[in-house]
Amino acid sequence: MPSHEHARGASREPWDAGRAAGIIAEHAHREGATLPILHALQETFGYVDGEAVPLIADALNLSRAEIHGCLTFYHDFRAEPAGRHTVKLCRAEACQAVGADALHEDVLRRYDVAWHGTTRDGRVTVEPVFCLGLCACGPAALVDGEPVGRLDLDTLADALTERAA
Amino acid sequence: MSITLYLPKDAASLALGADRVARALTRAAQARGLDVELVRTGSRGMLWLEPLLEVATPEGRIAYGPVRPGDIESLLDAGLAEGGAHRLRIGRPEEHPYLARQQRLTFGRCGIIDPASVEDYRAHGGYRGLEAALAAGPAGTVEAVKASGLRGRGGAGFPTGIKWNTVMLAQAPQKYVVCNADEGDSGTFADRMLMEGDPLTLIEGMTIAAVAVGATRGYIYCRSEYPHAFAALETAIAAAERAGFLGADVMGSGRAFHLEVRLGAGAYICGEETSLLESLEGKRGIVRAKPPIPALKGLFGQPTLVNNVLSFAAVPWILEHGGPAYAAYGMGRSLGTLPIQLAGNVKRGGLIETAFGLSLREVIEDFGGGTGSGRPLRAVQVGGPLGAYFPDTLLDTPLDYEAFAAKKGLLGHGGIVVFDDTVDLARQARFAFEFCAAESCGKCTPCRIGAVRGMETIDKVLAGESPRENLALVTDLCEVMTDGSLCAMGGLTPVPVMSALTHFPEDFSGRGAKLPLAAE
Ligand SMILES: Cc1cc2nc3c(=O)[nH]c(=O)nc-3n(C[C@H](O)[C@H](O)[C@H](O)COP(=O)(O)O)c2cc1C
Ligand code: SF4
Ligand code: FES
Repeated sequence: MPSHEHARGASREPWDAGRAAGIIAEHAHREGATLPILHALQETFGYVDGEAVPLIADALNLSRAEIHGCLTFYHDFRAEPAGRHTVKLCRAEACQAVGADALHEDVLRRYDVAWHGTTRDGRVTVEPVFCLGLCACGPAALVDGEPVGRLDLDTLADALTERAA
Repeated sequence: MSITLYLPKDAASLALGADRVARALTRAAQARGLDVELVRTGSRGMLWLEPLLEVATPEGRIAYGPVRPGDIESLLDAGLAEGGAHRLRIGRPEEHPYLARQQRLTFGRCGIIDPASVEDYRAHGGYRGLEAALAAGPAGTVEAVKASGLRGRGGAGFPTGIKWNTVMLAQAPQKYVVCNADEGDSGTFADRMLMEGDPLTLIEGMTIAAVAVGATRGYIYCRSEYPHAFAALETAIAAAERAGFLGADVMGSGRAFHLEVRLGAGAYICGEETSLLESLEGKRGIVRAKPPIPALKGLFGQPTLVNNVLSFAAVPWILEHGGPAYAAYGMGRSLGTLPIQLAGNVKRGGLIETAFGLSLREVIEDFGGGTGSGRPLRAVQVGGPLGAYFPDTLLDTPLDYEAFAAKKGLLGHGGIVVFDDTVDLARQARFAFEFCAAESCGKCTPCRIGAVRGMETIDKVLAGESPRENLALVTDLCEVMTDGSLCAMGGLTPVPVMSALTHFPEDFSGRGAKLPLAAE
């Protein structure tokens, strides 16, 4: 699976430079391998450790600055682990039109968390996202990569419970 | 006797509980000892009816929706297998007015076939376009696309045939075909629906393109917000390879075409084609100056054909039926069909593929049934985050590239977002700046700095701080961004802002309104 969004707490491995080097080697031969490598690392470890930067740079014969630049340019990549569950809330216009802004205020208050933040118990990380292609059934969210439509506080709580089961 | 049922598994149906319905169905069928074959399809695009369950009967498919897990027992009791009466019964889906009034050329198979099956695809007319293209040869194929009048569906509306011709004529050791599946525009989901519901149509379209322009490698750049589309594409590509429609020898033609999906990483700007190419090369998605155009110097410096998902996906139909047949649909210089995506605060949102030329009002009222909240409609944003906000008085504008441009708007990728009278257009204008500030690639000052200044200035207006002077400042800023930005991110952000200001000035009166949530 390509996307870190599928990674759940249980399936994530602790950072391991040797394991990372193996993953990098698997993809290094591909044209423009940087993004596939970063995705694969994040999928495995839940984030991309700073130690990976020189490993990727060496494998692809690029400068560390180039790899670091990519890591910071793209919103997807995390520099530290997320909570056990990741909730991506759509903040774009079609969801705004059905009350997403007010809902998001409620969500942030209920879970006592800020955008990009993780709840104190490490359970949930909340990320903003701009459109999930679920614009006719908003407010929309991805909970650990699984789409949820017509979101409200209850359906969000249900989705989180379902993911934990 | 075996019953064949169809249930979508595209992301929108899943978001509305399709998997829970599938589980309930399997359980109930087991308990009753029924022999059920459940085919997971894409969505027909009537999203208020999802999950839409269909059953194969001698009279054709009969649909029920929206189905909840708790409806399964009563559906089976009502004789679901024979298409029995039930309060959720829709009847034959193709006779539903929402679908019956459409012209589904590109989406003809979406929601009907198993997206992972080449056999099913062929049984529904798949790969006839490629057959025709191989018979017509590269020049003949490009000619057909030119004759169709197809214009790029990614937003800019550039004539597709002309671009194909440029890449075909370019001389280089390696050429590429790249599909822009970044679909970042809010309010749009047609690319996603097609990739999840009928990915082989996109793959066939790209294969036709590759043969026509002489490319042996192709990439689909799919946004990471679409994990299900990504998975559907990987499955379909593998199936097409196994069946000999991709790989070293496409359909026994002796031509090679290797296709791969790549995942974006959450950057809106990577939908801009040169930024996308940078990203595919493994770099930050910084926009390239044009010229050189990607058709001559694109991916890794080689001639590259970049088209949107829907542009490629229109091509199999065009090759099968001929360019003029496609051009017979539409109006003016907007020919063929436009897959419209109706979204936001609307009763019946979904995918509406029709010839260009319907008015916004027909789409929103006749198809959409008005606002979802039942409150009066106040504004409509067409064409994504860089599109204009139109008031009710502009709803008679026909869906046509030129007609929209004349009203200082744009059709973009065909997304229509409906807002009721609770919308605050000053807040929407602020959001346009905020979005641009968050997603700018940072290469040019008017976009990078202008967006932040714009946001701050609107905040001052909203706080009641010299509103007239500050609004004049916003207008000036918009002019600078329009004239001085390298790409349409900075260049078109003024469109939503100025349309809000022009059509809804009363929302900018500086009444000290509550400020939106803090920017990220
Ligand atoms: C900021 C920005 C975002 C864009 N996003 C997309 C997108 O998500 N999908 C797309 O197909 N085109 C997008 N485009 C347009 C592409 O640059 C390009 O015109 C298109 O991929 C060409 O394909 P077409 O001719 O088939 O439309 C975007 C352009 C800009 C300036
Ligand atoms: S307009 Fe904005 S997004 Fe486009 S090149 Fe300039 S800074 Fe980058
Ligand atoms: S705008 Fe929220 S899913 Fe598209």
